[in-house]
Amino acid sequence: MNAARERLAEQGEWRRLPLIGDARLRWLMVIGAVLYLVLALSTISVNWDRVAEGMSRGLNFLAAFTQPDFISRRGDIVNGLLESLTMTLTSTVIGVALAIPVGLGAARNISPLPVYLLCRGIITVSRTFQEVIIAILFVVMFGFGPLAGMITLAFATIGFMAKLLAEDIEDLDWRQVEAVRATGASWLQTMNHAVQPQVMPRLIGLSMYRLDINFRESAVIGIVGAGGIGATLNTSISRYEYDTSAAILLIIIGIVLLSEYSSSHVRRWTQ
Amino acid sequence: MLTLRAVTKRYPTGDLALNDIHLSLPRGQVMALIGPSGAGKSTLIRCVNRLVEPSGGSIHLEDTELTGLSSGRLRQARRAMAMIFQEYALVDRLTVMENVLSGRLGYVGFWRSFLRRYPKTDVIEAFRLLERVGLGHALDKRADALSGGQRQRVGIARALLQDPRLLLVDEPTASLDPKTSRQIMRLIRELCAERDLAAIINIHDVNLARQFADRIVGLRGGEIVFDGKPGELNAEILTTIYGEEDWGNEEGEEEDADSAVQVTPAPALAMGGGR
Repeated sequence: MNAARERLAEQGEWRRLPLIGDARLRWLMVIGAVLYLVLALSTISVNWDRVAEGMSRGLNFLAAFTQPDFISRRGDIVNGLLESLTMTLTSTVIGVALAIPVGLGAARNISPLPVYLLCRGIITVSRTFQEVIIAILFVVMFGFGPLAGMITLAFATIGFMAKLLAEDIEDLDWRQVEAVRATGASWLQTMNHAVQPQVMPRLIGLSMYRLDINFRESAVIGIVGAGGIGATLNTSISRYEYDTSAAILLIIIGIVLLSEYSSSHVRRWTQ
Repeated sequence: MLTLRAVTKRYPTGDLALNDIHLSLPRGQVMALIGPSGAGKSTLIRCVNRLVEPSGGSIHLEDTELTGLSSGRLRQARRAMAMIFQEYALVDRLTVMENVLSGRLGYVGFWRSFLRRYPKTDVIEAFRLLERVGLGHALDKRADALSGGQRQRVGIARALLQDPRLLLVDEPTASLDPKTSRQIMRLIRELCAERDLAAIINIHDVNLARQFADRIVGLRGGEIVFDGKPGELNAEILTTIYGEEDWGNEEGEEEDADSAVQVTPAPALAMGGGR
């Protein structure tokens, strides 16, 4: 095989080695994948009448964006918004505070195996379920309203932040850690002097990012009863007040853009 | 003051990095540890302060047996042996002063270090050391804003602030240019003399080792294959340490380097020719 390739290369004949050596296996896999895709698509039935009818409803909804109504439900919108912002901020602060110890524990290079497994377990549980499912559980436990929303978002924040923080810690420059340990620093001092300076910019960046995820999620989980602007949005849609819905969506877009801009600014500043 | 008996290190991967090392270092001696990459030089000095746990043998620093210490006692023992690193290992995002003061971490409690409220005497000593290494003006700069030579000076100041009795130096000149390398080695040498410190210096550059050490130990494949005075190092011994190579050039260089140290005050030139 190799000798033959060398002889061919001598004569100027050279092709890149294929990823899968056996040509039959290669083609079998390609044909199999295409066949599956075709069969799968053919099982999805489309009701064209329903699509045609729905188009006009969708257009109504979009048309509402040309004349959003901020005024008639002003009180509801302001209340929902304040509730959402409160929920977002408190849940991010609580979530990040709890995620830091979990993240330290879930970094294999600084934690002993039992602690590592426990913390990875916490992360897995928190990340397994989508916010909406957790929100349904907490709404059942704590009743309708922003308390359930706040706990949901804090819980989801733990998994997200701890996982990314742990990965960042596992990638850090180990020499700096060794140097601080070699001075006789205790574990806490090593964390504070060698690990924290290295991961702080990322921790701040991720917290800002999570803040804006939490705001967006607060709009979603409101629909299942966890309070905030999502509840207001849900009410307006079910009342067919699309102009109010449009106003709410525009406000959400504005706030997300604002937080996007400020978080990139903060990240540049912390480098 | 430092004694290694039958020290062995086998990594979990199965590699035997150190095999039955016996070594003793008297007070105030500067010892260079030479050998090819992978010979176990770094492992040896990391075993002394237990950044790497030796798998067997015993290590005594004065009257303290280091291998069996609990983490609290180890922390105390580490104060007495300061380490200087290859590529400096400063904490990049901390300032120069914070890096130097981290030499006191073994002495102060967590809250003091967390709030950066070090005792006044520590701050005075830290600044004195910074001035001694010529960086008093840079105290509030971030460590990653300094040049290579400057960073290594900060690393040296941090090590000395520990008030150690032993210096463990890991490839101090590996990423420095020849001139800066010599300045750094000379600085380490002077500081050892001033404070009567013993030092183990891992070094790749045989000429620097010859010029700045009192004693040279050659390591190959985790075993000591040479232990003697710098003058005893010849082509034959270099072959035992590093393997077959034309060492003739090096030997001629040795005489140059020696005379350069003793007679002419321009050693950097002789060095440049050796490269």
